[in-house]
Amino acid sequence: MKRFGFLSWALVFGYAFLYVPIGLLILYSFNESRLVTVWGGFSTKWYAELLNNEQLVNGALLSLQIAASSATMAVILGSMVGLALTRFGRFRGRTLLGGMISAPLVMPDVITGLSLLLLFVALEGLLGWPDGRSATTITIAHTTFAMAYVAVVVQSRLAGFDESLEEAAMDLGARPFKVFFIITLPLIFPAVVSGWLLAFTLSLDDLVIASFVSGPGSTTLPMVIFSSVRLGVSPQINALATIFVLVVAAGVFAAAMLMARQDAARRRDEQMAAQGG
Amino acid sequence: MSRQGFLSLGDRMSDTPPPNVGDGLAGIWRFIVATLRRLGLWGRGFVIAAPYFWLLLFFLIPFLIVFKISFSEAVIAQPPYAGLLQWISDPDLGELRLQITLNLSNYLRLLSDDLYWSAYLSSVQMAAVSTLLCLALGYPMAYAIAKAPPSRRGALLMLIILPFWTSFLIRVYAWIGILKANGLLSNLLASLGLADPSFELLYTDFAVYVGITYSYLPFMILPLYANLEKHDPILLEAAADLGCRPWQAFLRVTLPLSMPGIIAGSLLVFIPAVGEFVIPELLGGPDTLMIGKVLWTEFFNNRDWPVAAAVATALLLFLVAPIMVFQYTQGKQQERED
Repeated sequence: MKRFGFLSWALVFGYAFLYVPIGLLILYSFNESRLVTVWGGFSTKWYAELLNNEQLVNGALLSLQIAASSATMAVILGSMVGLALTRFGRFRGRTLLGGMISAPLVMPDVITGLSLLLLFVALEGLLGWPDGRSATTITIAHTTFAMAYVAVVVQSRLAGFDESLEEAAMDLGARPFKVFFIITLPLIFPAVVSGWLLAFTLSLDDLVIASFVSGPGSTTLPMVIFSSVRLGVSPQINALATIFVLVVAAGVFAAAMLMARQDAARRRDEQMAAQGG
Repeated sequence: MSRQGFLSLGDRMSDTPPPNVGDGLAGIWRFIVATLRRLGLWGRGFVIAAPYFWLLLFFLIPFLIVFKISFSEAVIAQPPYAGLLQWISDPDLGELRLQITLNLSNYLRLLSDDLYWSAYLSSVQMAAVSTLLCLALGYPMAYAIAKAPPSRRGALLMLIILPFWTSFLIRVYAWIGILKANGLLSNLLASLGLADPSFELLYTDFAVYVGITYSYLPFMILPLYANLEKHDPILLEAAADLGCRPWQAFLRVTLPLSMPGIIAGSLLVFIPAVGEFVIPELLGGPDTLMIGKVLWTEFFNNRDWPVAAAVATALLLFLVAPIMVFQYTQGKQQERED
């Protein structure tokens, strides 16, 4: 960029818009005063209160558990869809599958939540399962919308490299099962990992769908936050936001380091291969 | 052994010895695999069938149930709606008849009560304005990132995605402290002598616009960037050689070429924003009408499930056209990548 023109200003303004609100949250999480706008000195007391808030801690534990299991299922099912749509050519019902996997990306949460709840109620009436609403129903609901995101990520990764490697393995006599685990999976592994993380975050973040399909005793973290935010601003939520941001930033930083290291290792290998050849 | 017709399935099944208790889990697993293989549901078949089954059961069928319940009557019961099908025994004829009751009153209520119409219209308007704001803010950013040196693009993109990984609820919450009376913005304006500290933007439609734009901005920027990044700079050079000024080249080359990105990004913002609940609930005022809020109230506060289902069905009908356009552009993109 030669001069600081319109585009640079757009970037500065855009990033400020994205980050100033988060920055202010972090800043005021260390505020002694209960009032958001009055600076009463530095304090970490809200963090201590946060850890003693049993409802929040229980909600967080439940949310983490639901997020981990739904992300794992979403990764398995979503990768299957990604594989089917990019590698299996035309098959019966492909259009419907493609439609069902991309619709959840834009479906409003209220519709998804209501429809799943009505399904669970109907199933319970017919089969006696699921027995009431619980963490299980939330996990199923989260798996369903998160697998769409996983499928998109895996699909774009699969579209990014051609099939010749898989075909070569097949020509050398590997069975499809083996080809998948030895060739395809390692190649799409970064996409699988980022798909899992995405599904995990989406699940941890969801308020609306969980509110519809949760039952008594399964109050997730966003539900706890929502009911406390409705009552007004609370410095505890600021402290929670800061923890969120720190964890995410640390995770992203670690992932970036890992990828950079892998890149460097690959480049070294390529160089050695070139010298050897 | 017969290999014809429907018999063959049973025959093929009988090829597999049933699991022996002594075999334990491994034996049961082998039996399951063998059975699936015989049904053509192993390998490729399984990879397609498993998610297919899941999506049919947990995504498609639920919509049919919503549709069905939107025709039923609200009753005070558990679950709070009446069934559509009823067996009625006629004592005179001594026969059992199946009666189907379609109750249209929920839809009639949607049509007759102004609340629903104005909620739909104002949701569409709110979503459209927020989408335009996202586009106005996101297009220059996506363009700037696509034009940045390749070594920097990754970091710039990461900075766009990063807020998206933090909690959505907390990001919306951040604006409460900024926009409220005696909040950070009004205090800043007051110290500049521009407004009174009691100046409040929270609980207005403006706050909802800001909230939606803030939360959905990455969904606009990412598809736009994916599109803009692929543009060949030679096209712009050619335009310049032919005498186009930079802004003309932008309007006549870059903008038309980026249309698929604009459409994808706009729909990714617009469609979920129409049904948004959290943002109008937390940032909007009592007169901020949005259909997601109406549905929520019908369901949780009034416990009228059939009306909530009718509201959802009508919302879905509203969104079918944009969703189809979205699917179509996604499909086209897919084909190009293939």
